[in-house]
Amino acid sequence: MSSNIVAMRKIVQQLRLEAGINRVKVSQAAADLQQFCLQNAQQDPLLTGMSSSNNPFRPQKVCSFL
Amino acid sequence: MAAEKAEMDKLKKECDALRTQIEAARKAVNDGSMSASAGGVAGLGRIQLKLRKNLKGHLAKIYAMHWSADSRQMVSASQDGKLLIWDTFTGNKLVAVPLKSAWVMSVAFAPSGNLVASGGLDNICTVYNIKAASPKTLRELDAHTGYLSCCRFLSDTEILTASGDTTCCLWDLETGKQKTVFTNHIGDCMSLALSPDMNTFISGACDSLAKLWDLREGACKQTFSGHTSDINAIAFFQNGHAIITGSDDCSCKMYDLRSDQEVITYQDPSLNAGVTSVALSNSGRLIFAGYDDFNCHIWDSLKGEKIGVLSGHDNRVSCTGVPNDGMGVCTGSWDSFLKLWN
Repeated sequence: MSSNIVAMRKIVQQLRLEAGINRVKVSQAAADLQQFCLQNAQQDPLLTGMSSSNNPFRPQKVCSFL
Repeated sequence: MAAEKAEMDKLKKECDALRTQIEAARKAVNDGSMSASAGGVAGLGRIQLKLRKNLKGHLAKIYAMHWSADSRQMVSASQDGKLLIWDTFTGNKLVAVPLKSAWVMSVAFAPSGNLVASGGLDNICTVYNIKAASPKTLRELDAHTGYLSCCRFLSDTEILTASGDTTCCLWDLETGKQKTVFTNHIGDCMSLALSPDMNTFISGACDSLAKLWDLREGACKQTFSGHTSDINAIAFFQNGHAIITGSDDCSCKMYDLRSDQEVITYQDPSLNAGVTSVALSNSGRLIFAGYDDFNCHIWDSLKGEKIGVLSGHDNRVSCTGVPNDGMGVCTGSWDSFLKLWN
């Protein structure tokens, strides 16, 4: 059995698998993605920003009495 | 001979017919564009993030970084032959892991925080216990016949790897053996990402395709085309329904898994550099993409517009990552520095 045939059969089998799935309309998919982003916007610190006291990467400035 | 040729011709015909069928099925559900339907969404304006920390320590190009699940520690890998584990709140280096092979291309933090893994041109994925008094090699996963381009832990007992040998592999860390080999790409696998529900993962390869795999079945479920060059970076959208890819063709794309097709391309005529890495902000609205042009550009994922840039590196941005708490973004570069922005 030629290895080319074996390989080709595998390709066809994979394509059959991929051809068989159900597909959702792009308009529906887009609406769902938008809804997800908008619903989670308030929990996204890079969108909402943060105060320096809440900012974990901001170096803490410490006042000390000498 | 003749029988074989006849079967070959039959198979080729079926192949073409199936490809046409798939394209037709995709077209049939393509009833609107993502960016058009985002017309009603308010724009974000310009996003300006500030540089908060510049992490110095590596002595050569940084190739990879990965956040710990605690959103505080982070591991970076450099071709100076070291992994460094950082406390990003203080900027301190917590642990240095010397590598057997300096040609590292990928690094990963286990969700538990107990283990890190790395690999590269040695074709091996080495797993280290970093909670021991000094970093101890736990396992050397040696079965790939090509370089290790990416690795990600599912837990302390399972890890996924992507390789230049065109396969991805799920390993059992208790035995050190391969559990499942994922074969279907025809080019070097460059990147992988786990789905939020951990049932599937996606891979991007030099065959310019992205593939969705079922972790337990070991099968390729969907294939996404559209890029015209190597896919270097891939990430899941947080709801698990879409993926973002970054490619040497200078564009990023979003593919929706349920529509089985590309829904937006993020590209700009002024951007003529390949994309090395991608990361998403917590709502999925912002895409941070690292480029060969030394910058990390910020895209509005819904509208497809470039809305910001993180500038400061003196060489290619090779890796980008947002921690689980979404409080910032880290960029790593061939200039040997890691920068934290928010």
